[in-house]
Amino acid sequence: MEIEFLLNGERVAARGPATRTLLDWLREERRLTGTKEGCNEGDCGACTVMVTDARGARALNACILFLPQLAGKAVRTVEGIASPEGDLHPVQQAMIDHHGSQCGFCTPGFVVAMAAAHLNGDRDHDTALAGNLCRCTGYAPIIRAAEAAALVPVPDWLRDEPFGEAPSGALGTPSGPGAGDMPPSEGWAGRREDAVDTAQTRVTGSGPVPDPTGTRGETTGGAVPAGTAKPAPIALPFPAPIPDGAAFLPDSADALAAWYAANPDATLVAGATDVGLWVTKGLRDLPKVAFLHRARDLARIETQGDRLRFGAGATMTEVLSAVAHRYPSWAALIRRYGSAQVRNAATIGGNIANGSPIGDNPPALIALGATLHLRKGDTRRDIPLEAFFLAYGKQDRQPGEFVEAVTIPAAAPAFRVYKLSKRFDQDISAVCGGFHVTIENGAVTAARIAFGGMAGVPKRASHVEAALLGQPWTAETIAAAMPAFAQDFTPLSDMRASATYRLEAAAGMLMRYHAELSGAVIDIRGITP
Amino acid sequence: MTVGLRETHDSALLHVTGQARYVDDIPAPAGCLHLAFGLSDIAHGRLLSLDLSDVRAAPGVVDVMAAGDLLRPADCSPSVHDEPLLCDGTIHYLGQPLFLVIATSHLAARRAAKLARAEVEAAPPLLTIDEALAADSRFEDGPRTWTKGDVSAALASAPRRLRGVLEMGGQEHFYLEGQAALALPGEGQMEVHSSTQHPSEIQHKVADALGLHMNDVRVVMRRMGGGFGGKESQGNALAIACAVAAERTGRACRMRYDRDDDMVITGKRHDFRIDYEVGFDDEGHLLAIDVTQYARCGWSQDLSLAVCDRAMLHADNAYLIPHMRITSHRLRTHTQSATAFRGFGGPQGMLGMERIIDHVAQELGRDPVEVRRLNFYAPAGTQAGQTTPYGMEVTDFPLHEMTDALLASSDYEARRAAIRDWNAGSPILKRGLAYAPVKFGISFTLTHLNQAGALVNVYRDGSILLNHGGTEMGQGLHRKVTQVAASRLGVPLSRVRISATDTTKVPNTSATAASSGADLNGMATQAACDTIRDRMAQRLAGLHQTTPDRVEFADGMVTVGGQELTWDAAVEACYLGRVSLSATGYYATPDLEWDRRRGQGRPFFYFSYGCAVTEVVLDTLTGENRILRADILHDCGSSLNPALDIGQIEGGYVQGAGWLTTEELVWDDKGRLRTHAPSTYKIPAVSDRPAVFNVRLWDAPNPSATIYRSKAVGEPPFMLGISVFLALGDACAACGPHFPDLQAPATPERVLQAVHRARGG
Repeated sequence: MEIEFLLNGERVAARGPATRTLLDWLREERRLTGTKEGCNEGDCGACTVMVTDARGARALNACILFLPQLAGKAVRTVEGIASPEGDLHPVQQAMIDHHGSQCGFCTPGFVVAMAAAHLNGDRDHDTALAGNLCRCTGYAPIIRAAEAAALVPVPDWLRDEPFGEAPSGALGTPSGPGAGDMPPSEGWAGRREDAVDTAQTRVTGSGPVPDPTGTRGETTGGAVPAGTAKPAPIALPFPAPIPDGAAFLPDSADALAAWYAANPDATLVAGATDVGLWVTKGLRDLPKVAFLHRARDLARIETQGDRLRFGAGATMTEVLSAVAHRYPSWAALIRRYGSAQVRNAATIGGNIANGSPIGDNPPALIALGATLHLRKGDTRRDIPLEAFFLAYGKQDRQPGEFVEAVTIPAAAPAFRVYKLSKRFDQDISAVCGGFHVTIENGAVTAARIAFGGMAGVPKRASHVEAALLGQPWTAETIAAAMPAFAQDFTPLSDMRASATYRLEAAAGMLMRYHAELSGAVIDIRGITP
Repeated sequence: MTVGLRETHDSALLHVTGQARYVDDIPAPAGCLHLAFGLSDIAHGRLLSLDLSDVRAAPGVVDVMAAGDLLRPADCSPSVHDEPLLCDGTIHYLGQPLFLVIATSHLAARRAAKLARAEVEAAPPLLTIDEALAADSRFEDGPRTWTKGDVSAALASAPRRLRGVLEMGGQEHFYLEGQAALALPGEGQMEVHSSTQHPSEIQHKVADALGLHMNDVRVVMRRMGGGFGGKESQGNALAIACAVAAERTGRACRMRYDRDDDMVITGKRHDFRIDYEVGFDDEGHLLAIDVTQYARCGWSQDLSLAVCDRAMLHADNAYLIPHMRITSHRLRTHTQSATAFRGFGGPQGMLGMERIIDHVAQELGRDPVEVRRLNFYAPAGTQAGQTTPYGMEVTDFPLHEMTDALLASSDYEARRAAIRDWNAGSPILKRGLAYAPVKFGISFTLTHLNQAGALVNVYRDGSILLNHGGTEMGQGLHRKVTQVAASRLGVPLSRVRISATDTTKVPNTSATAASSGADLNGMATQAACDTIRDRMAQRLAGLHQTTPDRVEFADGMVTVGGQELTWDAAVEACYLGRVSLSATGYYATPDLEWDRRRGQGRPFFYFSYGCAVTEVVLDTLTGENRILRADILHDCGSSLNPALDIGQIEGGYVQGAGWLTTEELVWDDKGRLRTHAPSTYKIPAVSDRPAVFNVRLWDAPNPSATIYRSKAVGEPPFMLGISVFLALGDACAACGPHFPDLQAPATPERVLQAVHRARGG
């Protein structure tokens, strides 16, 4: 397959198998060796590149980014961060001034991640750089550099204008009821209006934006008011990627549904944060692949009455932005979900469909009472999310069927989710617990408690829930519920935690939940020296 | 003079623009081949046969080599010739290279390497310290023991005694740049680019494997993307493999390990168990200590004897113990061969001592910092003849003053009281506070390694090219050494270019290790520069009818008997006067005398000192924890470059904290390393650094005559991270009356176990 994109401001064509990674292509074909291979699995950030598309600029890991994901976009590597004349970018100068590099191997990745955050006005450096590992500096000088660079404006040369890739679906932007609690425009999610504009004005001649979900009529905020549409800034003629039979790039959920029903043996690639490792670590061949990133209608986040609906293709960065105010606890979890680079690629649908027993969204979503929307061809069905996970590695998904969306209540003030891992940031959970207890007149009238890491699937703690139901919401009730954990779960011992500890920590999370709802100080991150 | 200035890293501009070139970035000649090892998937046994037909048939494969295909036995060991490049029949660990794939691309080589069918006869592996002890599987004939005084009698008569056991895990280096090498054959010679801390050893091992002399092999190393000890010996296999394959194919060959392979194949820090018995009095004076160190060395000897020696040499840390016995078991197991890692056994030995003090303090109900101060070596000049357990006199001990200064600047007493109150009102979260000192011996304990060379060329235009035997792995060695050269020659830094470390320029170098890089190579560079400067002074004095002592070199100018000329003009005058403008310099550390069998002598030229105060908070429901604040005061002598030294201290502290908290290596019962990538092995990330991080240098010239009276800084700050572990222990101790007996690494799980022990559960 062949695609074209902007590389450091220059239009380039790339050829190769659909699963060729950007990192390999950069280093082997272009001899751009500034981008480093540190781990080849998206965990170290040494290969960070900046990718700009209609939704803005964001940092991504080039080692698990396949070439077809870049069509029509703009890529900047460390070689393209300084100006064409050689003027250093403010983050580069600050890294020098503050002694932010030692061995220098992680430095290109840091520089690019910092430049992307700088461009987006993101000053939460710990979050922006959680996916960049440095073994030399202890990070202190890098943060000093990031803080210093934040005071300097974004240089003009860094703003890319990708050609665009002819999206045919609308990217919903929340408005109307419930949209008022969206965070102010920040980061690339904040540039979604541009994306919507683009989508609105570049629908490919087939009339109105298709509404594959069939729910548009009920949507309170999904549609974009026509009056806000502006001329598309990026509507340049550009050929769509050319599938060579090895890959399919649907531009709508309908197109995906039709193709996947006919090709149920294909691999669906959304963000490639998991499938990427099948290729780079598992050395697998993927004979038939569909890349979903162009199906923008699959990425909508919208409120529907008292429900919040996430299209499967919404990235975790978009989900984070959408739930930051509604569900601060879940947002705090997502902030630890992978890294900025991973969240910018990974999708909520991928995280669910993957069926991992340690995926971090399912425990939260199950506790929230999420409904999963599955689709095969034109047939749709809705199931409670917990019913999707049948057994380890086995989900309730038919061949050719895919996750189209997940919906949750628009509000649940008593909901909390806690993640436990060896390292705070960018680590896979040993245990992840979602809690949602309803208390009326001092007694528990409803309880949804779900855990990841405790069984072969994300799973509700039904015995624990039963032990709470009808009981007064007191420490005594919590204590009395403790033995129920062993009835619900027989977790494994592995490199992340022992079975004993998992059971104990899960129980500890219930105690923490009770303490938190009672107003106790429970968060070590809230403590200052 | 540029020495002492906060100059940036010599490659900083190249780093931030992506132009800095590492081994795998070097453009290779057309037709360059790529290598990958096929690995054993059992930990112990015999390799009966190897069917490589599918490997050979795989796309892109040019050749495949097993041990029998080698023209000569190729060995990778840095010590005793016990590491065959490819399995010679005996399988020693899971991950051992069995065969070598030579292919047209990295990916093709990796894919083909999975296609072999190995017929093996598995044997039960020895994986743990206990299994190795039970089988008496060890290096050397038995445990080493060093003794000072009469330990048994002193223990018997001590008013109080305690026993304990501390397990501490190993540590993966996780250099961001994985192991890599490139070999370029030609004319019966071999040029090798290797990401190595030890080019001379690569040269030696490659020559040996090819049947060449050392003068036929050139090893070049511009920079590593991190080393930390992991590239002292662990790069040998790749460099030898590339050279052997290049000899066989006549083509350039390069190799890099995929990260998972890197972690599965290469050695790590030794994990240790330390058993102790301590006798003390009611005030907390330590009277006698009997400590036994069990080190899991893995399958080959590598550098383990020296690592274990250094663990013994730091079993006292900063404390004068009247009677002490140190026993060391060097256990051989069917796991990766444990190797050098920043601190080189020192951290393990030191942590054992600090644990003893915490245990004693808890038993007495005293603040551990009081017990620490009570047992320090005496201040400089106050107690002649005080010696370490290995008989070396401690003459310059500054930790009393440093501790006073640090406790004051960190507001230790007030915070100690505030934390006590806070903990009393916080049932779920608990804070902890701890102070830890470091006294670290500087010099290779293998005495002959304490030598270095440099080559300085001054060209006719006044530009200077410097080469020395040290390697740059991020520590800023090249910057420090150029600062020395610029200072000696009185020129701005911009006049001095430093070139890649190259065995054709400076021969017979030691590894850049043991924190010795600037000490040794700075001195050698000074000697070379002084030789050139003295020759120039002689000539210029003659030209201006004055004496050489009246010729001064400063700020790019040369003053000759009151007349000034530019450095460039002075160089040209000397060239025309037929003065040699190239010189070598050489340095050998003085005053070393060490008998490692007896454990007696003066193994170190001097000690580096430091101390840290760390505050943590933990969650008693899950054991999750976090560093809140760190205050550090560290002794770099008269710093050659305070910015680089602070960088080493901050980075060392965080790396040390990682060793003792989130970095956990887990092997399963088959000997398979389950934590073999950053997804499962967790080095500190950005938010793990202390939220408040105050680092200061103790500004005092080194009493020993080092380069500009500076002190080595590479390893010592690593051990400041011990304060994190002690602070977590302190927070656990706030949960109940019992000794929490925290084990390392203090993952949330182990912290929670310690909370339970504190509560008596």
